[in-house]
Amino acid sequence: MTDLLNRPGDGASDDAEGLAVEPITQWDLFIARLRRHRLAMISSIFLFVVIIISFVVGPLLKCDKGATECEFPQLWDHTQGLKDDDDRLLVNIAPRGSIPFGTDELGRDVLTRVVRGGQASLTVGIVTGLLVASLGTVVGALAGYYPGVVDQALMRFTDLILGLPLLPVAIVVGRLLPELTFLPDWMQSGPWGIAFLLGFLLWGSLARIVRAEFLSLREKEFVEAARAAGASDRRIIFRHILPNAMSPIIVQTTLIIGAAIIIEAALSFLGFGVRPPTPTWGGMAASGAGVAVRGFWWELVFSASALVMTVLAVNFIGDGLRDALDPTQTIERK
Amino acid sequence: MTDVIQPATIPGVGDLPSDVLIRVDGLVKEFPIKRGVFFKKQIGAVQAVSGISFEIKSGETLGLVGESGSGKSTAARCILRLLEPTAGNVYFQKTQDHGADLPPIVEIAHADKQTMRILREEMQIVFQDPFASLNPRMTVASIVSEPLIVHGVGSAEERLEKVKDLLRVVGLSPEHTNRYPHEFSGGQRQRIGIARALALNPALIVLDEPVSALDVSIQAQVLNLLADLQDELGLTYLFIAHDLSVVRHISDRVAVMYLGKLVEVADRDDMYERPMHPYSHALLSAVPIPDPELELKRKRILLEGDIPSPANPPAACRFHTRCPKFVEGHCDTEEPMLRELEPGHWAACHYPEVQQLF
Repeated sequence: MTDLLNRPGDGASDDAEGLAVEPITQWDLFIARLRRHRLAMISSIFLFVVIIISFVVGPLLKCDKGATECEFPQLWDHTQGLKDDDDRLLVNIAPRGSIPFGTDELGRDVLTRVVRGGQASLTVGIVTGLLVASLGTVVGALAGYYPGVVDQALMRFTDLILGLPLLPVAIVVGRLLPELTFLPDWMQSGPWGIAFLLGFLLWGSLARIVRAEFLSLREKEFVEAARAAGASDRRIIFRHILPNAMSPIIVQTTLIIGAAIIIEAALSFLGFGVRPPTPTWGGMAASGAGVAVRGFWWELVFSASALVMTVLAVNFIGDGLRDALDPTQTIERK
Repeated sequence: MTDVIQPATIPGVGDLPSDVLIRVDGLVKEFPIKRGVFFKKQIGAVQAVSGISFEIKSGETLGLVGESGSGKSTAARCILRLLEPTAGNVYFQKTQDHGADLPPIVEIAHADKQTMRILREEMQIVFQDPFASLNPRMTVASIVSEPLIVHGVGSAEERLEKVKDLLRVVGLSPEHTNRYPHEFSGGQRQRIGIARALALNPALIVLDEPVSALDVSIQAQVLNLLADLQDELGLTYLFIAHDLSVVRHISDRVAVMYLGKLVEVADRDDMYERPMHPYSHALLSAVPIPDPELELKRKRILLEGDIPSPANPPAACRFHTRCPKFVEGHCDTEEPMLRELEPGHWAACHYPEVQQLF
């Protein structure tokens, strides 16, 4: 053995001598590749700002003192309308200095409601995304790795879920949610209930994708090599198959996050989503659309732009993550 | 003249001669053909391997040759239990202690999971495609150290040292540990695959067409590496290939497969200079000779037709549909057994004939 250790390479490694590189971890490479993706970086910053504003700044600035005593920004209360000195509601005020986004048909400050609405929309998007990612991956992985009875049972169940008509079911269950008293309060009303509902309705497509990936990766020679080394099923699934199936999972999950935000908007538009007066971008777009035909465009435009920009940002981030997670993407080594 | 390889009776101590590392006995692998969407009915079976028997001695290289679809790789995967054999036995003489209650000779084909896990330290495989056999998301270090991790060998630092040693052994630079497979050429990747196979100090390495995906010049390098490793580490190889010159270069003995059966087994020179089975004649006559004058004079035996479907193989001698020596009423009714026609030279043919090809 010692003889072999000292033997010079058969010419295959000549180029490697003297090229000792600093150990670059997978994480370093991931970060470096993500940084290179400009659109994803901009989107990340944008989304980060949106999240901070919706979840931190918005609630902090909330003013409970009532309509007349709060100062600018006019009224960080999304339920009360603005009133003038004569105690008349300032309905459908166009954007101006102190009311940059204008007011809606009930006189409520649109900026306040856009900020607060982000909370509901983002909660629905993120919670649904996490739920779909975990459910879909587990079901798809089990079905793809264990053929036969497990696969058949799980996939027929998936077919059943995929066969449910999304909007009708979501409308009916969304309508029933507040009346299901056995559920905890936070599930009955508000974005969490909708998020769980959408999560359970949307994981089917991801499960199918993950199963297909597992079916093809399971037969790869590197998986066979791991098996020949004596690796356990768990190790094969988590070390060999799942990392190679990550790109479609991430892409599909980001698409689902975007879709969930939009579906929640649609449900709120139809009146079956998050209950008023809690604002959501979808609900605001709905009421904004009603007044926009009369020329009061601001509520619709601002809420819909927030919605579209957020969904776009999520999709761009998914794009960047997929590229960054692929080690065959080239980056220069320093 | 009439010795037939008998299935070994009861596996036990002393059943295997001490110089035999592994004995394959009547190995059969069937793949079911299923039809139906919901309730899959088995409507038939493809017999990829139909009862083959052979032995490999410690330290030797057995070359296994045959056309695509003849069952070479399937047989090898059954021996390693990467596929579950349908029938037959595989006896393995262990070379390490493993600290477990294993008998000196272990029957692999029916061994339980735990036994198999231990035995995997003794038998490893190098795959054909160096691009598919390395996980693209793992660094060289994690690929080569995986068998060590799985078998709980050493600490993280010890394993890294071992990986560097292994990379040196296969002619790569130890600085390559943090690179990914796609940063290497085909030959280098195959070396990584070999390093992985060596990690647990196995006794047997199955080489499943390890050079057929490489350039000819790289083939020579890898073959020489394999030969050196065998000398230094006392490895035993089961070398699967369809390139007959490569097999001749590296093998001590050669076995020829046709449609899931062994048709001839002989020492290398015996096989290449005096083949007895008509299929071997045809196969070997296709090897080009690197001498233009001899090449012009050499006799070529051309076979008619294609290899028949293994789902519906010809009765009796499976080669009779294409055999130039086919005798009606004999070859298609009675199956020829693999007989030792000369010392160490086995062939399965009713009408064997030594044929000088060169």
